Amino acid sequence: MELLVETWEYVAENADRFQQAALVHLGLSFGALAIAMLIFIPLGVLASMGGRLTANIVGAVAAVRVIPSLAVILLLLPVYGLGWRPALIALTLLAGPPLVVNTDVGLRGVDAATLEAATGLGMTRSQRFWRVKLPLALPVIVTGVRTAAVEVIGSATLAAFVGAGGLGLFITSGITLLDERMLLAGAIAVTILALLTEWALARLEGRVTPPGTARA
Amino acid sequence: MTNARSSPTPRHPDTPTPPSGATQIRFERVTKQFDNGEGARPAVDDVSLTIEPGEFVVLIGPSGCGKTTLLKLINRLYDPTSGVVLVDGTPSQDLPGPDLRRHMGYVIQQGGLFPHYTVEKNIAVVPNLLGWEKARTRARVDELLELVGLPPGEYRHRYPSQLSGGQQQRVGIARAVAASPGTLLMDEPFGALDAITRSRLQEELRALTNRLGQTVVFVTHDIDEAVLLADRIAVMREGRVEQYDTPTEIIMRPCNRFVADLVGADDLLRRLSLVGALAAMVPLDSDDGIGEDEITVDVPIRVRHVLSLLLESGAPRVIVRQDGVPVGYLDLPAIQAVSIPHYDGADDALG
Repeated sequence: MELLVETWEYVAENADRFQQAALVHLGLSFGALAIAMLIFIPLGVLASMGGRLTANIVGAVAAVRVIPSLAVILLLLPVYGLGWRPALIALTLLAGPPLVVNTDVGLRGVDAATLEAATGLGMTRSQRFWRVKLPLALPVIVTGVRTAAVEVIGSATLAAFVGAGGLGLFITSGITLLDERMLLAGAIAVTILALLTEWALARLEGRVTPPGTARA
Repeated sequence: MTNARSSPTPRHPDTPTPPSGATQIRFERVTKQFDNGEGARPAVDDVSLTIEPGEFVVLIGPSGCGKTTLLKLINRLYDPTSGVVLVDGTPSQDLPGPDLRRHMGYVIQQGGLFPHYTVEKNIAVVPNLLGWEKARTRARVDELLELVGLPPGEYRHRYPSQLSGGQQQRVGIARAVAASPGTLLMDEPFGALDAITRSRLQEELRALTNRLGQTVVFVTHDIDEAVLLADRIAVMREGRVEQYDTPTEIIMRPCNRFVADLVGADDLLRRLSLVGALAAMVPLDSDDGIGEDEITVDVPIRVRHVLSLLLESGAPRVIVRQDGVPVGYLDLPAIQAVSIPHYDGADDALG
């Protein structure tokens, strides 16, 4: 308990630095998430179209998934040097798998009878996609965004290793200086950010889920 | 072996003349072969068939007989491998699929309602695709909800998941007829409903289509449903049409063993449960006096029911009324006359 009070005092004393780090952390995380959504949701749409494309895309994404984020960041160092770029790229790649997989699964999970009705009533392929398929897959896609966001926010602590800043700075410094207050301040802040994001996206997921169609 | 006659269109007695909007559908030597390996038989095999404007035609047969494929050839969910489907004389392949389908109502088994749309938005799908004005669409939605027995005030803003299966099918039907299509295509629409709901919806559908007057093509594997609804029934097997005729003809004169088995021609009570009283009765002479205490029944009623009444009451005959007017009577000889199938095994070329 005493430690928590000391941690709080530490945060209060270093409010400016702390705020700065939190902003960098969020900026990196949501920047990476946004880029990842632009790249990987369309990729998931492609994957959902079936055939060999599906196997290839899902396979590639699964392969990326097994590489630890830290390894990705370190592998990118020789190319991009220190700073935010290797961190942003690594976090973007990290966000990919849940986005691709959930988009693919969500779109393919739309009831065949519903799609048949859409075609049978005279919708074109694109009308069917935008009006029926995508809205019905949206809750599953948002779940993917949620998973990705939480992973990215947690992993953004690694950015500190390549000098990109963020809340990881407090954790790495805390470890190096054996300062528990510093370490805890960073860790708790990251946890809170992750939980808040999770909560906000869960609400969004609820909003895009039509009444009575909630999936287990 | 395709008995696709284009005889004068028989109709239910109370069917009004079709409006000019009803569509004629003609299959000319239509074959549909899916790419499912060498030597596989076509799903639809050289079918020629004419469905007249305003006619209620039921396609029936065991699963895999091609009835659903035949239905989907009408609105170009499938295109024929050979032959041509004519929609009011125009080859369907000259018409863009989405346009064609917007002018053909389509109802499938589970309704296929869009779960993320309210009832109102579901019904408005085709009007919206056709670019109707909002006020017109809204008025039409209310009118249709009334028509299918769902008070608009109560149901307009509900979601499909908040409706029973029967209510969902009502909405499915309302959605299908929203833009007054010339044709209504229905693929086992009542297959997933309980028996009571099903028979209510069958009656309502028949009344509705009589009123709206469009051509209906209805797929089922339930002979009772087919007999109840159809002006004409096309019995299918292995991609071919075995017999295309009125329900009474199909029951009384099945053209071969297969059709006879389907309608249970050898099962006396079953046959009687399919034949309507009007088809079996002896017409009343104008001077035939009806006794005060005679038993009367109102059509539609099946002969089997009348037979039960005869046996229970011991009365010599039962009077049949249509629209409250006595039109004929049924007695045991009349029932016996329809009990014997006219099926002649000799023309069974199918083996």
